[in-house]
Amino acid sequence: MSADVAVVGIGITPFGRHEGVSGLAQGAAAVRHALDDAGISWRDVQFATGGSQDAGNADTMVNVLGLTALPFFNVENACATGGSSLSVACSLIGSGAYDLGVVVGFDKHQRGAFDPNPSDWGLGDWYGEVGLMLTTQFFAMKIQRYLHDHGIAPRVLAKIAAKAFRNGSRNPNAWRRTPLTEDEIAGAAMISHPLTQYMFCSPGEGGVALVVCRADLATRYTRQPVYVRSTVVRSRRFGSFEVFSPWLAPDRAASPSVEAAQAALGEAGVGPEDVDVAQLQDTESGAELMHMAETGLCEDGEQEALVDSGATEIDGRLPINTDGGCIANGEPVGASGLRQIYESVLQLRGDAGDRQVPGGPKVALTHVYGAPGVSACTVLST
Amino acid sequence: MSQSTSVRTRPIAEHLFTWPAAEPRLIGARCADCGARTFPAQAHCPRCTSTAMNEVLLPRTGSLWTWTIQGFRPKSPPYRSDDTVETFEPFGVGYVDLEGELLVEARLTESDPERLVVGAEMELVVVPLYHEEDGTEVVTYAFRPVEGAGS
Repeated sequence: MSADVAVVGIGITPFGRHEGVSGLAQGAAAVRHALDDAGISWRDVQFATGGSQDAGNADTMVNVLGLTALPFFNVENACATGGSSLSVACSLIGSGAYDLGVVVGFDKHQRGAFDPNPSDWGLGDWYGEVGLMLTTQFFAMKIQRYLHDHGIAPRVLAKIAAKAFRNGSRNPNAWRRTPLTEDEIAGAAMISHPLTQYMFCSPGEGGVALVVCRADLATRYTRQPVYVRSTVVRSRRFGSFEVFSPWLAPDRAASPSVEAAQAALGEAGVGPEDVDVAQLQDTESGAELMHMAETGLCEDGEQEALVDSGATEIDGRLPINTDGGCIANGEPVGASGLRQIYESVLQLRGDAGDRQVPGGPKVALTHVYGAPGVSACTVLST
Repeated sequence: MSQSTSVRTRPIAEHLFTWPAAEPRLIGARCADCGARTFPAQAHCPRCTSTAMNEVLLPRTGSLWTWTIQGFRPKSPPYRSDDTVETFEPFGVGYVDLEGELLVEARLTESDPERLVVGAEMELVVVPLYHEEDGTEVVTYAFRPVEGAGS
């Protein structure tokens, strides 16, 4: 494996709800933590990329970080904002334009479910008036069909959510840190059949930042560089089953997650069997289940046995969402993708504390997926 | 479903379904070059990028491909209804496979999870959705299980 880019600094703010603290302020705080981690100052930073969905323009944070005239590229790409920001940063460094940059993602959403405007998604107002403009419905209908097609018992959905809260309880930056039993999860209010309240993540707040540099310069900033082996963004093809779709083609095409993961693993020169730890989009527990197969980490239908055997636990063969994922951390859309990178770097450095994957993991995969059918995957390694 | 002449009604949007009609049909588009269908109708083919799209009426029956129950009142806007958070009743939502031509997303008239099953035979109906301030009844399309279809 070769790499152009290394992650040499990481910073995060606690995820959850922070009254009176703007999303931008949370992003700027994460940048300061990342700069400290890399042992550099804002003046050293040659460029920045990043964004948020609902919390303002990332480049305005130069007002608090310092007006150094650096180029700051705003990147907003829904759930793929973090992955897209990192992808842009890697291209800028890989092209030779810059040696050292910052990638930042942050967000702050209103309480309750997202309430997107249909016209922003190319749909008539009628679609929202009827009551179809809900991401929760999409995930419920996708897992409903998936369970039917592969003969999977719905109880596994509670088991996956229980793992998320258990892992979150070991993560000081997680929002939901109280473990819940499978019965509590399965018996909670039904949000969108077969998914209950505790199987879904909630829109939230948080900020994450990375310091990235030319791979051959990495040891100037850290004794433990983590290399970006690949970062890939893909949109949907005709026939894939996506959120906010008034209709679908009769012939199913694979999700953009499938192409993004295949390309990311291929560019990194590794196979799914080489992945030691994975962070997968878990908007709800069924999404984690389906994304295990879409990213190639298992076959369709194998998930139930894997989850039951404990393979996806922190000490299992294939640890997934070791920081509690979106279910325990909430979903600040602009920050979640970089939260996955942050967690992967911690794990590869061996710095994940109570939730450290044993055995010295060497290869990490991250995956995000969101509306209107976009996925970003990254492979990182020591 | 027949409509009363004493109540003013209007469809939720133009060019979604034929109305008034004894047997309403959804209005889609078919690509003259590759045969792909869309709903609602659109001017470009998302499969082959052709602009030779013609309006077609879609089959009014099909089979339930997947479903869920909307368990909480969606945020308003964009949702519109005569109900309130207190009076909201969960409603079914699903994709119906219209005889292999395409799958359409719609509200379902059935909201009991025990009575919804993948593969069930469904038919198009037009149902009241909400009333405007002047009393006009706004109607939309939905799918209901075909009675006696054994689902």
